[in-house]
Amino acid sequence: MRFTVEGLHRLYLSGEAKPSEIVRAALDRIENDNQRLNAYLTINREGAIDRATSIDAAIRNEISQRPLAGIPVAVKDNLCTEGLRTTCGSRILEDYFPPYTATVVKRLEEAGAIIVGKTNLDEFAMGSSTENSAFGPVHNPHSEEYVPGGSSGGSAVTVAAGHVPLALGSDTGGSIRQPASFCGVVGLKPTYGRVSRFGLVAFASSLDQIGPLATNVKDVARILQVIAGHDRYDSTSANVTVPNYANGLTGNIEGMRIGLPPECFGKGLDPEVREKVEAAIRRMEKRGAQIVEISLPHTKYAIAVYYIIATAEASSNLARFDGVRYGFRAEEARTLSEMYRRTRELGFGAEVKRRIMLGTFVLSSGYYDAYYEKAQRVRRMLVNDFTAAFKKCDVIATPTAPTPPFKIGEKADNPLAMYLGDIYTVTINLAGVPAISIPCGNSSSALPIGLQLIGNHFDEMRLLNTAYAFEQEEGLRNRRK
Amino acid sequence: MPITQTEVEKIADLANLELTAEEKNSFSIQLAAIVEYIDQLNELDTSAVEPWQQLSAGEMITSYTTREDRVEVGLGQEKALDQAPDPDEGQFRVPRVIGG
Repeated sequence: MRFTVEGLHRLYLSGEAKPSEIVRAALDRIENDNQRLNAYLTINREGAIDRATSIDAAIRNEISQRPLAGIPVAVKDNLCTEGLRTTCGSRILEDYFPPYTATVVKRLEEAGAIIVGKTNLDEFAMGSSTENSAFGPVHNPHSEEYVPGGSSGGSAVTVAAGHVPLALGSDTGGSIRQPASFCGVVGLKPTYGRVSRFGLVAFASSLDQIGPLATNVKDVARILQVIAGHDRYDSTSANVTVPNYANGLTGNIEGMRIGLPPECFGKGLDPEVREKVEAAIRRMEKRGAQIVEISLPHTKYAIAVYYIIATAEASSNLARFDGVRYGFRAEEARTLSEMYRRTRELGFGAEVKRRIMLGTFVLSSGYYDAYYEKAQRVRRMLVNDFTAAFKKCDVIATPTAPTPPFKIGEKADNPLAMYLGDIYTVTINLAGVPAISIPCGNSSSALPIGLQLIGNHFDEMRLLNTAYAFEQEEGLRNRRK
Repeated sequence: MPITQTEVEKIADLANLELTAEEKNSFSIQLAAIVEYIDQLNELDTSAVEPWQQLSAGEMITSYTTREDRVEVGLGQEKALDQAPDPDEGQFRVPRVIGG
């Protein structure tokens, strides 16, 4: 079963169901599926039921005032929640209870949402398969031997499995869009600065952005509406007007210019993915969009730039985990320095250490100019690519990932092969633009494939509307089948 | 560029990581492969390009703001120490800093 905000509100308004019943049913299914899928690290049973019960009687009034009244929502476990364990999928924060709540979670709660739990992720959001969690891998609900993508694997899985209509993830190099693609749901990475990062445990601060996953575009628009906008606790959250996204979804893309960069349809793209994505583009053309060829000439350098900048920022951000103020501390160290080293050695997993090492290397004396500064120069070239492209088109279309989901363990010993799978998603974070992944068909083994649409800075409205038009077209097509 | 075990040890030292022998070995191989890959950036002539910077990217940063610098109520001592592995009389206790 896949449910939506509108569907649940209809049930509540007609009196067919109460929030506490829906939330209880969601929790039962989450608990039941967790042994199989491992999508949750913490399930907020008591808290969620208490909150739902407290609004049962007044639900009609709540719905008139709060856009997400009584809606069960899952939150990625790198978002701080006061009183609710926040692990980041790491041993170093296994028993961490934050003293404050992330702005996005606060806003969801003020909008009436009910937080049902914290979802599993690659440790500190570092990964593309959710195999790097210290608490075991997450399984793809479409076929359990396959990865759900990552790092927001748990959030994508719980939406795909029909536990909740909405979840929050974070996206540093594709961590919302690629799992959305692998699990057959919709996932949006907003413009850098559109959504406050206050309370998101930082991985790479110039790339991180929080965003929604849902079963459909309208619900993505609703949740974005709630979380977007300036926050005084995050100076990088922009003071740019937030339009009414859900009301702006017309489905009309007549004359919309959709740019296709040949650089994203070349070597390394799986033929099945190409076929589905190209078919999707033809359907948008049929709906009135105008297809234009554009170029993103520096795409091939994006992975190299990304893994320099992201790891450099990570090595600095993760220096705070030292066993002093919170989290795990290694026992029996005789000196402070020994305590730091052993705490970090025992507390971090292999991928996190690998990235801290790489980041430390590219920032170290003698290599800084050759790697970090060079990467920042090429980053500017990538940003310029997008600026030029958006002079010729309104939205850019590419595949979300070069392949359908791969098997658990398939890339475990080859970190570079794993990194190369992020080719179409990392450029978007480097340029700071928004992008959405939307399902566009299945592979021959019945695994989902995603279409990525990219918008210009702060132009989520046009981006969402293009995705909405495509979704409507898909709906019509599926009904005709 | 090959990354030797000695180099891996030096980086680990800078990053405050104490690696096992096995990790030193696998990281030296994996990091070498990654560094070889990222070396392809050298194909590009970037001499005329300024490094990207958060606050100089005018087209991206349209209205980032800072708030007034005013003293506000913080977490408070009790809450700040609540998650500490070894709190002691309102402070964070750590192993000795000097010597050893």
